Amino acid sequence: MTHVSQQTPVFLGTPPFPKAARTALGNTQLRANLANATATIRAKRSRAVGELDQWPQLRAAGAAIKDDALLNLDRYLQQLEDSLTSRGVKVHWARDADAACQIVARVAKAHGAIDVVKVKSMATQEIGLNEALAEHGIAAWETDLAELIVQLGEDLPSHILVPAIHRNRTEIRDIFVAAMGAAGRAAPEGLTDDPAALAEAARLHLREKFLSAKVAVSGANFAVADSGTLVIVESEGNGRMCLTLPEVLISVVGIEKVVPTWRDLDVFFQTLPRSATGERMNPYTSTWSGVTPGDGPQEMHVILLDNGRSRALADEVGRQALRCIRCSACLNVCPVYERTGGHAYGSVYPGPIGAILNPLLAGPGTSKQVDSLPYASTLCGACFEACPVLIDIPSVLVDLRSQVVDANRGPSAMATSMRAVSWAMGGPRRWGFARALAAGGARVVSSLRLSRVLGLMPGLAGAWLRGRNLPSPRGSSVRSWWKRRSRGER
Amino acid sequence: MAMKVAVMVTCINDALYPGTGKAVVRVLSELGVDLDVPTAQTCCGQPMINSGYMDQAVPVVRAFASAFEGYDAIVTPSASCAGSVRHQHSLVARRSEDPKLAAAIQGLSPRVYELSEFLTDVLGVEDVGASFPHRVAYHRTCHATRMIHSDDRAARLLRAVRGIELVEPEGADQCCGFGGTFAVGNADVSIAMGTDKVRAVQATQAHVLVAADNSCLMHIGGMLSRERDGMRVMHLAEILAAREPVT
Repeated sequence: MTHVSQQTPVFLGTPPFPKAARTALGNTQLRANLANATATIRAKRSRAVGELDQWPQLRAAGAAIKDDALLNLDRYLQQLEDSLTSRGVKVHWARDADAACQIVARVAKAHGAIDVVKVKSMATQEIGLNEALAEHGIAAWETDLAELIVQLGEDLPSHILVPAIHRNRTEIRDIFVAAMGAAGRAAPEGLTDDPAALAEAARLHLREKFLSAKVAVSGANFAVADSGTLVIVESEGNGRMCLTLPEVLISVVGIEKVVPTWRDLDVFFQTLPRSATGERMNPYTSTWSGVTPGDGPQEMHVILLDNGRSRALADEVGRQALRCIRCSACLNVCPVYERTGGHAYGSVYPGPIGAILNPLLAGPGTSKQVDSLPYASTLCGACFEACPVLIDIPSVLVDLRSQVVDANRGPSAMATSMRAVSWAMGGPRRWGFARALAAGGARVVSSLRLSRVLGLMPGLAGAWLRGRNLPSPRGSSVRSWWKRRSRGER
Repeated sequence: MAMKVAVMVTCINDALYPGTGKAVVRVLSELGVDLDVPTAQTCCGQPMINSGYMDQAVPVVRAFASAFEGYDAIVTPSASCAGSVRHQHSLVARRSEDPKLAAAIQGLSPRVYELSEFLTDVLGVEDVGASFPHRVAYHRTCHATRMIHSDDRAARLLRAVRGIELVEPEGADQCCGFGGTFAVGNADVSIAMGTDKVRAVQATQAHVLVAADNSCLMHIGGMLSRERDGMRVMHLAEILAAREPVT
C-alpha cells in the first residue's frame, strides 16, 4: 500500500488565543464557512431539542449519571476492567499520551501491521497517535469522512464533531483530487463538488482500506462498567466497518468515559444525537462486549487513558468538565468559536469546552497558550445553556482565570490595572477621585476626537479605542446630584 | 411603603453614564419608593472577579457589603452586576476566609434586584407612566437573558411605554462581544462580534438602541459612534424616566 505523508501539522506551537484569533479573523472564506455551518447545526439542534418536554430532566439525569461515575471512578474502573477481562479483552492502563501510543504501536507491531484503520476518535487525536505510529513506520488511516478530509489536506481538525467544518465542498474536491492518489485509490476522473460525488469518491477510497486492514483503532463514546460494553455512536457506518472487519481492535478510552450501567445509556442516546447533529436518533450505534468467537475482531485491547484526567478530577470546580460527552453543542452556539474557528484554540478540543478542558488537563501555568484559553470567552453563557450534561462552563472559566492569575504572579498590564482599580474601588473617597478622573478622561477623548489616534496606541486603552469611541459623560456625578436633591435642591 | 431601598448605581454608570443612575432615582421616586443612594458605594467587583483577580476583588466586595448593609432592597440598573452579586460574591467571600464577610454577603445577595425585576416582581408595576414616541430596538444582553433571566421583564416594561415602537434585532440572543476585559484582551474578536451586532441593530432602522446594561451599550454605542451612525444608545431606566409628549 502506498503511503501518504504522515507529517501532518501539529497544534504544538500555536500562539496564545488573541494572536491566533486575529489570524483566523483575517480569513474571510473561513468566517463564511463557519458562520454558515454553525448556523445550520444550531437551527437543527434547536428544533430537535425543542421537541422534548423533558429536556431539563434529561440534562439533569445525564449530569447525575456522570457525577456518580466520576466521584466513584476508582470503583467503576475496576468493575469495567473486571467485566472486560472476563469477556476476553486485554485491558491496559496508560498514565499519559506517550504510554498509550507505545501500547498501540506494540500491539500493531506484534501483528506485523504497517497500517491501521481508525474510527473517528478524540482520545487518539489528543495523544497524537497518528504521528506516534508514523515514527514506528505504521500508517494510520482516518476513515471518518471529515477526518479523511483533514488528513488528506495535511490539515488540523477545527471542530470536535465536524473536524473539517472550516472547509467548503469546493475545497474538499480539490483536496480529494490532489491527495487521494498518494494515499490509495485516487479520486475518480472529473470529480465535481457535488456532495454525492464527493461521498462516493470517499467510499471507494476507504473501501480498500477496510478490506485490507488487519488492525483497527477506535475510541469509545461510553464504556459501560457493569456489562463491559464499549459504545461508539457515529453517522456514517465507516466506524462500524472498522469495528467489525479487522482481526484486531484497539480502543483508546479516556477514564471519564465510564458509565455505571447499561441502562444509563438510555439518557445519553437521547441527549447526544439531538445536541450533536440535531437528529432524534443516532444513525449507527455500535456496542460490543468482548470477543465473540467467529464474529468480528478476535483480539481486543482497551487502553484506559488518564493523560491529565486525574488532575482535572481533583479540581473542585473544574471536574464537571469531565462529564462532557463531546457533542459540540457548545462550539456551535459560541459566538467566539463562530468567528475564530477551532484552530485558534491550539488543541483538538476547541470552543468553550476546549477553553476549560485543555487548562484542566494540562494545568494552569503550563504555557501562555493554555493560560490564554480561559479568557477566550465573553462569558455570555450560551454554552452552559446548550450543554446536555449541565457543565457550567462560564463558572469554570472564571475559576480557571483565577488559577491562571495565581500561577502567574509576574507584572502585566492587566495585573497593574486590576491592582490600581481594586485600590481605587476599595473606598468611597478614592473611588470618587478615580470616577472623576475616568469621566474627565472620557470627556476629553470624546470632545477632542482623539479616539482614532489613541486607538493606534498599544495597551488596554488603545485596544478599546481601536474600534470603538468612548462615551462622553454628561452632567454632574450621581452622588453630588443626589446630595443636592436630598437637600431639596434640584 | 416602609421598605428601605438603596440604589446601586454601578461603577460604569457612576463614571460614564450618570444619567442612568439619576433616571433610576426618578423612576423609583415617582412610584413612591423611599430610597437612598449610599455615597459609600463603589463597584460590585465583577471586573476583578471575571479577570481572575480574586484577591483584588476582596476589598471591593467588602466595600459593597459595608455600603449596602441595612437596606431591605438594593436596586441596580445592571443585570450583569446583579448577577455578579448573586453568583460570584460568595466565591470572593470564601477567598477572603473572613466568615463575617461571608455572612454579610449571604444576607445581602437575595436583596439585590436588577431594576426591571424590582419594578415587576417587587412593586408589581409594568406601566411606570413613561412616554417615548420613538422607534426603539431592544438588545436583551447575555446576563439578563441567561444569568438572571430578567430580559422579558424589561421587555414588558418597555412595551408599556406610551408611543414606543419596540423592535428586536435579528440574533437577539447573540452576545455583542463586550465581555468585560475580553473587549480589550481579545479586542479583535470583540470588535468582530460587535460589528455583526451593529449590522443587526442598524437593520431594524430604529432611532434608539436600549438595553438594561450600559456595559454592552458602551461597546455597541462606541462602534455606532465610530461609524458616525446617528442611532442613540439609552439605558432602560432613561426610557422609563422619559415623559416626552406623544402626538
